[in-house]
Order: sequence, then structure tokens, then C-alpha cells
Amino acid sequence: MGALTCQDLVELVTDYLDGALDQASARRFEQHLALCAGCQTYLDQMRTTAALLGEIPAESLSEDAQATLLAAFRTFHR
Amino acid sequence: MAVARTDDALVDGVRAGDEGVFTDLVGGWSRSMLLVARAFVSTEASAEEVVQDTWLAVIRGIDGFEGRSSLRTWVYRILVNTAKTRGVRESRTVPWSSIADDGDHGPTVDPARFQGAGEPYPGGWRSFPRQWQSSEGTVLAGELRTMVRSAFDALPDRQRVVITLRDVMGHSAGEVCDILDISGANQRVLLHRARATVRARLAPYLEQPTAPGQEAT
Repeated sequence: MGALTCQDLVELVTDYLDGALDQASARRFEQHLALCAGCQTYLDQMRTTAALLGEIPAESLSEDAQATLLAAFRTFHR
Repeated sequence: MAVARTDDALVDGVRAGDEGVFTDLVGGWSRSMLLVARAFVSTEASAEEVVQDTWLAVIRGIDGFEGRSSLRTWVYRILVNTAKTRGVRESRTVPWSSIADDGDHGPTVDPARFQGAGEPYPGGWRSFPRQWQSSEGTVLAGELRTMVRSAFDALPDRQRVVITLRDVMGHSAGEVCDILDISGANQRVLLHRARATVRARLAPYLEQPTAPGQEAT
């Protein structure tokens, strides 16, 4: 197997972050990364993207819906 | 959030009719449940009903919970089944079995960003991705949130469900596979494509001001 190209590496980022690469592939990934500022930037940006997604403020259930559920819960346990 | 309590304490609380435990659970989990449900049904209102129906099923079914998965996985599986049933009724089905559509194939980074066969480094960056500026504590932060949200909303359904569970809500890969009944490899393909798409949408906005000779991402 030859060395990873940048174009190969960008497709393996999530596998790498999830620990899904086998040992040899993970080593090739890290060897490339150690020498390639562009791929380091790409990896960082994918991590940043995941972190930014974690800040999405999701809407919760409406007050009405929550009240309905609590009422159902009470009725069930009466 | 309710997750500070152990599963056993939560299950015992719900079984015993502890309103505090139930209210915390509903308050803590319903947000991500709405995002997940929304990928299967056609309106916000439908998604809200799916989440309500799920909690009703939890109230009725908690005695049957055997602890073979985490409580959260169990609740989310009910959610996904409820949402799928509802989606079928609305003629809106998200095909989970195959990953052949939704643009799930092909490169996630524009091939034009890389050198071609006749160039010195085939497959190498033509020009490195430009560094991003930090948005923390600046005016950017508010605008950035809006951008992240719109990039997220534009994702294909299955990618959005997976990235919701993984990155928005922080479930583990294993939990997501259990909840959605998909393989680890499928889960990673969907997550990777979703992240790459969102990254590409954010890039022009976050890149540091152009230095001479650099191209935009």
C-alpha cells in the first residue's frame, strides 16, 4: 500500500475520530498528518464543526405538551 | 439534566410515579427527540405528536423495560418506531436500509481542491484549506449559530438524524447504531458526509481574510 494522499485522508477523518481505522491505517493517517499542515487544518475544522453542532439550541416540547404528559403520568399512577 | 441520575434511579422513579423524575426526563430528552422525529415526519407539529406519543408509550411500557440497553436507547427506539409509523402514514419514508441514495456516495470534498494525475502531487491539496478564525466572544458568534443551524437543516434526512444524535446530542456511535438499527459503517458514512457538508458551508464564513495567492475553500 502506498502512502495516503490528502484526497484519501479527508474521507477517513470520521473513521479516524471514531477509532474505526485498523492499526496500520491509523498509523498511515497519523504519519500523513504529521507532515501535512493542510490535512491538520482539515481535521481541526471537522472537529470544530462537530463542536459547533453541539451548540445548536434545540426547541423543547411546548408547555402544553409537557403539561399533557404530566397529567397522563399522574393519571397512570393514580 | 436528568442524565445525572443513574438509569436505575430513573427507571425506579418513573415506575414509582415520581413526578420530578418524569418531568426532568421529558425536559432533558425531548429536545433531541424532536430533532430526530422531525427527520421522519413532515411538520413540526407531527414531530411534537410523535414525541408525546413516545412518552405515553414510555409511561405505559416502563414496567416492561428489562435494562438490556440503556434507558435512553430504549426510549429512542420507541421514538424512531413511532416516527417511522407516522412517516409512513404521511407517505414520507426515510429509507434506512440502503445508503445508495441521498448523495451518500462520491467524494465529500470537491475533487478540484486536489491535484490531478499530471501534476506534481496527485491527490495532494492544490492549496491548503484556509485557517478559520475563532468566533468565540465576537459578533460572529450569533451569526455563526444561524449559519450552523441552516446548514444542519439543509442536510438529507438520514444524515441529519445521525448528526443530531452524534454531534448535537452527544450519543456514542454504539448508541446511535442501536437506536437506528444501522451498522457502524453506515453510521460513519452518514456522519462523515453530514460533517463534511456542514464544514464546507461554514468555511467561507469562518476563513480568515484572504492572504495573497490563496483560494477560497
